[in-house]
Amino acid sequence: MIKTKFDYDYYLRKNTLPHIWCPGCGDGIILKALLRAIHKCGYSKDEVVITSGIGCASRLPGYVDFNTIHTTHGRALTFAIGIKMYKPRLKVITISGDGDALAIGGNHFIHAARRNIDMTLIVFNNYTYGMTGGQYSPTQPLDSYSTTTPFGNIESPFDVCNLAQAAGATWVGRSTSYHAVQLEKFMVNALSHTGFSVLDVITNCHISYGRRNKMKSPVDMVKYQKEKAVPARSAENMSNEELMGRFKTGILFEKTDKPEFSSEYYKKLESIKIK
Amino acid sequence: MSKDIKLMQGNEAIAEGAVIAGCDFFAGYPITPSSEVAEILSNKLPKLGKVFLQMEDEIAALGAVLGAALGGAKAITASSGPGISLKQEHIGYASMCEIPCVIINVMRGGPSTGLPTLPAQSDIMQARWGTHGDHAIIAITPSGVNESLYETIRAFNLAVKYRTPVMLLTDEIIGHMREKVVIPSKDELEIIDVKLPDVPAEKYNPYNFTSGKVTPLAPMGEGYRYHVTGLIHGETGFPSQKIDVIQNAENWLIDKIYKNIKDIEKFEEFMLEDAEILIVAYGSTSRSARQAIMMARAAGIKVGMFRPITIWPFPEEQILNLSKKIKKILVPEMNMGQVILEVQRNSCGAKVYGLNIVNGEPITPDQIFSKIKDVSQL
Repeated sequence: MIKTKFDYDYYLRKNTLPHIWCPGCGDGIILKALLRAIHKCGYSKDEVVITSGIGCASRLPGYVDFNTIHTTHGRALTFAIGIKMYKPRLKVITISGDGDALAIGGNHFIHAARRNIDMTLIVFNNYTYGMTGGQYSPTQPLDSYSTTTPFGNIESPFDVCNLAQAAGATWVGRSTSYHAVQLEKFMVNALSHTGFSVLDVITNCHISYGRRNKMKSPVDMVKYQKEKAVPARSAENMSNEELMGRFKTGILFEKTDKPEFSSEYYKKLESIKIK
Repeated sequence: MSKDIKLMQGNEAIAEGAVIAGCDFFAGYPITPSSEVAEILSNKLPKLGKVFLQMEDEIAALGAVLGAALGGAKAITASSGPGISLKQEHIGYASMCEIPCVIINVMRGGPSTGLPTLPAQSDIMQARWGTHGDHAIIAITPSGVNESLYETIRAFNLAVKYRTPVMLLTDEIIGHMREKVVIPSKDELEIIDVKLPDVPAEKYNPYNFTSGKVTPLAPMGEGYRYHVTGLIHGETGFPSQKIDVIQNAENWLIDKIYKNIKDIEKFEEFMLEDAEILIVAYGSTSRSARQAIMMARAAGIKVGMFRPITIWPFPEEQILNLSKKIKKILVPEMNMGQVILEVQRNSCGAKVYGLNIVNGEPITPDQIFSKIKDVSQL
C-alpha cells in the first residue's frame, strides 16, 4: 500500500475531458473509485494496462493516464489476455458494460474465467445498451422496458456473479455506484487477488433505462441501488420471495487454491525451455 | 559452408519462418487446413520461452495477438477462409490502430464451410476488402514450401516496418505438400525488430500522419503511456471528429502502404522477353502455369508468366507495362475470377481471359495448356 497523497489529477488525462457520460451517470463514480483503488494498490501508471470494449463504460480508458486500449465490442478480454501473457508483470484491468461483457463478449468472459488468468474485469452493469439508445441487455430485469422490449422483457437475465463463479473466476463481488466507499474497497480486493476477478457494479442509466422504468432521474436510480442492494450476509436469512427484484452485494466468492494461468504457463516453460 | 536443407510441409515452413523471424507469440483456433501451423508452434514456441495460446474462437485469437503486439511482441495467428471471415473485425482494428501482426490464411474452398480439406484461391478479395472501411493491407502469395518460409519472415518484417496486418495467403496444396527447404542462417537475413521510439515518452505520439515516416509502436509497459482506439484518432491516439483529422487519418492508412509500394512489391517474371501470351498466376496455380508454359513453348506458342508474390498492394504498374507489349493475358486461378478483375482494371489494350476452376482439384498444366491453345487461336 502506497503512502503518498492521492490526487485525481495525477491519474486523469485532463485534456481528454469532459467525458462523454450524461450528467448524473454512475460511471464517473466508478472511475473515481477505480483511480483511488489503483492508488491504494500502489501500482505505477506504467505497469497498469486498461482494456475496454465498446459502449459508454468502455470510454473510460481514454480519460485515465495508463496504458489504455479501447478495443472492439465484447473483445477487450482477448486483448487483455494477449498482453498479460506476453508481459505477465503488467497489471491488467478490463472495463466492460453488461452488453459488452455478457452478450457479444460472453464467450470471452467465460473462457477468461475458466483460465483463471490474473486480471480484473469490472462490469459497469446498467441493464441497457445506453450508447445505442437503450435496447435491452442480457442483464435487464424481467418485465422491464427498453426501446426493444416495448411490451416488457420476457428474457431471463444473467446474474454476472453467478456466471463468473460457475465459469471458474476465483474472486467475484458486487457493489453499486451508490456504495462508493464499498466499491473502492472491493476494487482493491479484486485488484489484489491473484487470478481472474470479476466485480459487477450496478450503475445507473437513467436516460436510457430509468426513463422507461419509472426512474427517470439519477436520484430515483440511486435510491433503487440503495433499496434493492442486499448485503450477502443478510440475504442468507431471506426467502426467495423477499429477494425477488433485489440483488446481493458483497464479496460473493473467493478461492485462492486454483492455479493461475499466466504463472502456470511460465512455470511450465521453465521445465521445457531449451537452455 | 554446407547448407541446412530439410524436407518440410508448407505449414511447417511457415512455423519455421515465424521462429526465424523472432516470433514471440502465437494465438489461434483450430481450423483445417492450417492447424499444423498451430500444432508445430505449440511445440516450438514454449521451448524458446515464448507464448502459444489456443483461444476460444478466431476473433479472440487475433484479439490476443493484437494485445501481445501492443506489448511489443512479434505476433502471428493462422487460420483459413471461414476463420479469416471471423477475424475481419480485428483485421480492421489492426489496420486502424496500426498494430503489426502476421495472419496466415491457408485457403480452402468456400463460401461458408465450403471445402475444408481441399484447396482454393478464393480469399484474394477477402484479404483486400474483407473488413469494413477504407484501408490498405499487405498480402503475400507464396507458391511453394521454401518460399512460404522466406515470405513468412518478410511478412513479419513488413508488419513491423509499416505497422500493419500482413496476410500470407497459401492454400491447402502448399500447406500440406512437402518440398525441399533451405534453412537460412541468421546472418544472411534481414530481421526487422520492434524497437523503442527515438523520442522520450513525454514527446511520443503513437501516430504520425504527416512526416511520411511510420512512427515506431512503443511496446506498452515501457514508460510510453498512450491510448489506442478503433475510433478515428489524431496523432496523439485520442478520438477525433475534426474533418481534417479524419481525412488525414484515412489518407495515411492507404498512403503508408501505397507510397512505399516499391519496398513492398515482389514478383517473378518468367520467360516474358518474347512472350505473345502473358499468364498472370500466383500461389500454387503458378506452378501449373510454369509447366504449361514449357508445354506451350514446345508446341511453338510463346508464353511467359508474371507471378505476383506480393499480391496486395497489387502490382498495377507492372501489369500496365506488360499489357502495353503483350496483347493477350490469361489469368488462371482457383476461384471464379478475382485477380482477373485487377488485371483487367490495370491493363491497357490487352484482351484478358480467365481460367477459373473451383472443383476442389488443383488446376493442372494440361488445363492451362489447353486454354493457352484456345487463347492463341483467338
